[in-house]
Amino acid sequence: MSAPDPDPRPDPEALLRAAAQEGRGRLKVFLGAAPGVGKTYEMLKQGAARRDAGVDVVIGVVETHGRADTAALTRGFTVIPRMAAEYQGRTLEEMDLDAVLARRPELVLVDELAHTNAPGSRHDKRYQDVEELLAAGIDVFSTVNVQHIESLNDVVASFTKVRVRETLPDRVLEAADIEVVDIPPDELVERLRAGKVYVPHEANRALNHFFSKSNLSALRELALRRAAQTVDAQMLDYLRAHALAGTWAGSERIVVAVSELAGGATLVRAAKRLADALGAPWTAVHIETPRAIRFGDAENARIAATLHLASQLGGQVASVAAESVIEGLKRFSIEARATQLIVGKSARTRWFELRHGSVVDRLVRETPGVAVHVLPMTKDERSPGTRPAPARGTRGKPRDYLVALALTAFVTAIGAGLLSAGNITNVGLLYLLPVMVAATRYGLRTGIVTGLASSLAYNFFFIPPTHAFTIQDPQNILTVLVLLGVAVVSSQLAARVRDQALLAQRSAAQNSSLAGFARLLTGVSKRDELGQLLCAEVGRLLGASTMLLLPVRGELEVVSAVPPEDSLAAIEQAAARWAFDNNQPAGRGSETLAASEWLFHPLAAGGRVVGVMGLARPDATAAIRPDQLPLLLSLLDQAALALERIELEAEMATVTQLKERDRLRAALLSSVSHDLRTPLTTILGMLAEIQPVPGKQAEDLAAARAEAERLNRFVANLLDMVRIEAGALHQSLEPVDLVDAIGAAAHDLRRALAGHRLDLDVSPDLPFVVVDPQLFHHCLINLLENAAKYGDADGAIRIAAQRRHDGIVLHVMDEGPGLPPGGTTRLFETFTRIEGSDRKGGTGLGLAIVKGFAEAMGLSVAAANRADRPGACFSICFPEDRIRKGRTGE
Amino acid sequence: MSAQARLLIVDDEPAIRKLLGAALVRAGYRVTEAGNAREALNAVQIDKPEAVLLDLGLPDRDGLELVPLIKAAGIAVIVVSARDATEQKVTALDLGADDYVTKPFDTEEVLARIRAALRHRLSASADAPVVQIGEIEIDLDARHVRRGGAEIHLTPKEYAFLAELARHPGRVITHAYLLRTIWGPGHENDVDYLRVAVRGVRRKLEPDAAPSSIIRNEPGVGYRLLV
Repeated sequence: MSAPDPDPRPDPEALLRAAAQEGRGRLKVFLGAAPGVGKTYEMLKQGAARRDAGVDVVIGVVETHGRADTAALTRGFTVIPRMAAEYQGRTLEEMDLDAVLARRPELVLVDELAHTNAPGSRHDKRYQDVEELLAAGIDVFSTVNVQHIESLNDVVASFTKVRVRETLPDRVLEAADIEVVDIPPDELVERLRAGKVYVPHEANRALNHFFSKSNLSALRELALRRAAQTVDAQMLDYLRAHALAGTWAGSERIVVAVSELAGGATLVRAAKRLADALGAPWTAVHIETPRAIRFGDAENARIAATLHLASQLGGQVASVAAESVIEGLKRFSIEARATQLIVGKSARTRWFELRHGSVVDRLVRETPGVAVHVLPMTKDERSPGTRPAPARGTRGKPRDYLVALALTAFVTAIGAGLLSAGNITNVGLLYLLPVMVAATRYGLRTGIVTGLASSLAYNFFFIPPTHAFTIQDPQNILTVLVLLGVAVVSSQLAARVRDQALLAQRSAAQNSSLAGFARLLTGVSKRDELGQLLCAEVGRLLGASTMLLLPVRGELEVVSAVPPEDSLAAIEQAAARWAFDNNQPAGRGSETLAASEWLFHPLAAGGRVVGVMGLARPDATAAIRPDQLPLLLSLLDQAALALERIELEAEMATVTQLKERDRLRAALLSSVSHDLRTPLTTILGMLAEIQPVPGKQAEDLAAARAEAERLNRFVANLLDMVRIEAGALHQSLEPVDLVDAIGAAAHDLRRALAGHRLDLDVSPDLPFVVVDPQLFHHCLINLLENAAKYGDADGAIRIAAQRRHDGIVLHVMDEGPGLPPGGTTRLFETFTRIEGSDRKGGTGLGLAIVKGFAEAMGLSVAAANRADRPGACFSICFPEDRIRKGRTGE
Repeated sequence: MSAQARLLIVDDEPAIRKLLGAALVRAGYRVTEAGNAREALNAVQIDKPEAVLLDLGLPDRDGLELVPLIKAAGIAVIVVSARDATEQKVTALDLGADDYVTKPFDTEEVLARIRAALRHRLSASADAPVVQIGEIEIDLDARHVRRGGAEIHLTPKEYAFLAELARHPGRVITHAYLLRTIWGPGHENDVDYLRVAVRGVRRKLEPDAAPSSIIRNEPGVGYRLLV
């Protein structure tokens, strides 16, 4: 281990990943270079070993491809029957995820991790099934070939000429144990010849090429390297989580720019590989320039797909509006503190670069400190390059041409009129008018066509020789060229102005939409009100049906919907639940439960999911437009924050209610205490005033006075008891000297204690106890009164305090019959009196109050019989944390 | 002590007024009564009593509000209330009340408190530099404490504490007041200073530990010197 860093702070993300692993199942992946290396065989062998060791192992799904030795290994396992799914007349068999979950084995074998499930299954991909198994705490063994790994897809395709469609996101492997199932290429070729290898249909076409020895060697190297990389990543995670110094790679940050052009996927995968190699975070960014206005559906879909791929591969995604790609990238690189920038070199014409300068050259110049990687943009084979759809206005509509030509004809007519009036020199200028109008209003092509038509008309009607398409004067050729030039330049200018205006409009519309929504939300204080607003707003934005689901006692319920909807099919409910539980979109257009009619987006505030937004769009299969997605997410974020606020407000209201109730209770207590004590005061006072005749009258008077005093104590105890039961004991702790406290209690009880001798055995060096003086005073009064009442009439009451190793104990001891055997703990319960003690006139509350007050202050109480002589002994124990050695203030 | 001192009883319960009135008259005071805050303030203006026995639960105003008003007229205030919470007592004393008696009260105790409050008013003009309690003699001028003629040596803080109580014999002095006066502002919460000093004084004045002592603890409120 290296020397600790001065600031070895654990990387929180790594800790989180480690924490997420706790309680999850472990995934072990058998990684092969090619089909036929024996992954399934190896998996079954290791599974069998675990089974024989007593582990509960079942087969979720295993493909034997008819090989006898593999099939033989499956015997002895419990096989979960597969689930049949009908799809377009064919019956497909998939792993029965719910059956495996219900069976809850310790380990399940799931072949072919990259497999795509039959449409209509819960998840699109088998690896998602596996993730759910892992989340349920079940260990999984699975298999995969190296060419299915998402980030290696391009590399493999580049030399095998075979591109597989079933890919596996790299993140699935990142937390897995990987075992490479490796056999030498020669042996594999041998097995292939012997017909021992099942060949997937993708590879059929290029069978011989795929299994060439050089390819197999390359694949084998890839598999080994990938396995090593995962080990590296896991090691890094461990090191970061434990903050071991010296292992933290430089804080590299990678930004990859994606455009509407095909080939973005290659860039994103390259970024992922670079990020993995550097152990760096990475972001895919799309710069939205004014040109984005003219993008057709194909371009938007491509951007969305590329960004989606990036998020699948574990990257961040962002969309930034900027005047130009360079400006946007520059700004974003600075904001993201990028150290590596990946851009594609587009197949642009020399002509374009002459006019605009090379984007790459300018980037390198203008982003100092950032390494710029330029990759060739090749067309992505999976998404065949479509030509950008012709943008509106470049080709123009027939009506535009008609209008432009009519204008030309009109100008010609005016020119003819001027000509007949004898002025000919400036007729050519007149034609600028239709050309500019056409170019600015209808775009470049219409402008050029109008320019041509104008030149022809000018030539034909006005340039000698008139009524013929010939030009004699070279000056007139210039006029024709100028007309065409004006058409080109003004149409370009107009198009840019128009695009910028549209983009500004759109961004203004989005901003005002957000601001307006935020304003609306501030006034909302009810959940359904908020739901209605959010549904209406999102519905307007996406042109979709919307609904908001919020948890009500653990169940998701539709709070509001536009148009109104109050029931959901089972699959939609499942998708909503999944989105809520996993904080990820689910349903149509997502990867999970795509058969649902609705798409569900979670609403999360501070990482906590507070609700789910449902969307049903007419074109639900298409991805949400890249410029709409951030707005949608912002709206959902705002709504989530507002929801959290509403919940907090509700909690506050509850607290206020409780406080109000406390206040009322306190007022009631004080009023009851006042109303009971005032008459008692009078009675006691009046009785004291009477000067009785000695004899019977004096005795009666003394009895009346004793009863009144008893009533007074009872009222005090009753009020104390109510305070204990209500939990309304307000304490202010301070150091108290036991001698002081006993003195005060003895003084207050001097009349009741008359006739009893009070023996005090408290060391003057005893530390102070930290208690609420008033509550403790009540404890002492009750203990002393109890001792006076139940002890012998003339017996002494002994009060002793001792320092013990674990605190201080205070004993109050009487001289009398003591406690009956057993039942000493019941003594402290409310209204418990010692049997046959009715005549003593106890209230049955005193000891319960002692216990209630003492325990509220963190003290404990006990009762026993005295050891030295007959009598009862009640004790209060002060633990160490209730003891304070007093500071002398001299 | 002037047997002709005028007292004002403020309580909304006629029975209490009657009871207190009878006891006070028998003890030789001249007594007026008020049933609410308005009457009380009028009586303070007109009758100019020397002490007021003040109930806190008055129908028109909280009695606590009256404490500073009555004190401002140079009149002693003894609160007589059913409110027995420590905070209530401390609040009333902080507002200037001379003492606090909880209902139901012992008539003798009320009379003792009145005597203590009025004694202070008298002694303010003719300072009594020597306070004698039983065999203990506290000479505030010479800063001597003697028991049975024998000098008792107290530390400076112990003496300051005892002297503070002796200047107002029989009256309760709050913790906060003692701490502020003896240890200085900012020490109002150092109750353990006070406890240590009290323990020291007790040990030296009354070596045989007994629960009855001339220094009476009022739990959570303060101390008073018994006379």
